[in-house]
Amino acid sequence: MRQVTHIFNKEFKDYFISPIAYIVISVFLIATGWLFFSTFFLYNQVSLRNFFSLLPLIFSFVIPAVTMRLFSEEINIGSYEILLTMPVTFKDVIFGKLLAGAAMVVAMLVPTFAYAITVAFLGELDWGPIVGGYFGAILLGVAFSSIGLFASSLTRNQIIAFIIGMAICFSLTLIDKMLFLFPGSILGVIGYIGADFHFQNISKGIIDSRDIIYFLSVIFISLYGAQLAMQEKE
Amino acid sequence: MIRVENLTKYYNKFCAVDQINLHIRKGEILGLLGPNGAGKTTTLRMLTGFFLPTSGNIHVKNFSIWENALEIKKLIGYLPESAPLYHGMLVYDYLNYIANIRGLTQDQKISRLKKLATLCGLNNIMHKPISELSKGLKQRVGIAHAMMSDPEILVLDEPTSGLDPNQIVEIREIIRQIGKEKTIVLSTHILSEAEAACDRIVIINQGKIVADGSTESLKQTGNREYGIRLSLMNANEDHIKKKLTAVEGISNLDMLPSDDPEILSLMLTCKSKDDIRGMIYQKIKETEWILIDFHQEGKSLENIFRELTKEN
Repeated sequence: MRQVTHIFNKEFKDYFISPIAYIVISVFLIATGWLFFSTFFLYNQVSLRNFFSLLPLIFSFVIPAVTMRLFSEEINIGSYEILLTMPVTFKDVIFGKLLAGAAMVVAMLVPTFAYAITVAFLGELDWGPIVGGYFGAILLGVAFSSIGLFASSLTRNQIIAFIIGMAICFSLTLIDKMLFLFPGSILGVIGYIGADFHFQNISKGIIDSRDIIYFLSVIFISLYGAQLAMQEKE
Repeated sequence: MIRVENLTKYYNKFCAVDQINLHIRKGEILGLLGPNGAGKTTTLRMLTGFFLPTSGNIHVKNFSIWENALEIKKLIGYLPESAPLYHGMLVYDYLNYIANIRGLTQDQKISRLKKLATLCGLNNIMHKPISELSKGLKQRVGIAHAMMSDPEILVLDEPTSGLDPNQIVEIREIIRQIGKEKTIVLSTHILSEAEAACDRIVIINQGKIVADGSTESLKQTGNREYGIRLSLMNANEDHIKKKLTAVEGISNLDMLPSDDPEILSLMLTCKSKDDIRGMIYQKIKETEWILIDFHQEGKSLENIFRELTKEN
């Protein structure tokens, strides 16, 4: 556990030493802020529902950009050898890195409290869905971070890692909007795979164990995939 | 201290390390020598726990890499080839991070960092980003990194490769300093380095150990062939050949190209246990030749190395 903290500290600090954190956070806030508020007054509703429904799509682009360097950079400069010959296990490494990615997600979301506060001035705001929305956003962010980590473990090239990560997250977000492309018999399964579907459930304020189990499985499968990919490299 | 038993590593079907057995004693400076691709780095990576062997075992003290890899990693400080450090970090931040992972307490950390900075000459570069350092400086940071937890065993993979001659001398000096109290395993393909720095040399080729011993004992092995170089004036080729091939122990005589037509240079290949230089000199004295140059091409480690690692 101590090692996880040290690795987390290092990775999280790295984001703010390099310009990555500032760029990603700004892009995220500009995109969500503009998309949300440009239609906010047309709906004439005091809720953040439209903001939360934007998140899966925007996260699909932003989170792989955050996580792309986590393993790729280590493979590329060879520092992975240094890391793994110190008294740490692979679990320490991957959880440290995942936590750093998750902390970046939180760092991106914190400024959006301003949206909730702004909206609360305009009328009666129901705080239940807000809490559920942020909870769901964090789950979604951690799940996408694990996918990004997996993508990053596949290649030494950060750009390729970004594109792979984005492709997977993007597919998971959109798959339940393309159900008409699939035969009827597997619709249930395909629908269940969609991340957006589960996220929207939580962000309505409905905490269902199925949705939580879905995100936990995505995290588990991605991290396991990353472990296999890194072992293969040895 | 370190016991390597039947160590074997396959990369798919390619056998990189083949049944290596090795015993490294405490306080030894061992040089792992071999041509590129001989399996040096692979051996060191298994020793440091970066990956597991296909079969065989490594014991460090009483720990086995199969069961107690984490304990072994605590005992070993490792500098991989060309010091792959995080280049975005400052030297101080980097060493601080390593100290944390190595489990040093706050007090230990400060005194350790000070000591290493002095030993490796890092005092002036502590606040520079690693990406701005020259190769030699990076290597020194790498050594400081490997020494952080004051490990009993230090493993250095080609610590001087790619450095300029001054830096090589500096790094070698640091290694010699450390070697007074630690067990060091270093790999290199530079023979003079192994000769200068190591107590014991293990030569590996195509994944197998082909020689093992001190530099002195290695020089005794192999077939005892050596060359003697002669430069003569006032002589002609036929006469020289006639005169010198009569000396017992000379197996071959080659004329070497010479810049000056007045001077004839030749190389004698000798195969003899005794020193035959005296006899050669006697022969020359009998004639009216003028002796310009006469020296023995040492039976150097280089020759032994080339002999042992020749293809097939």
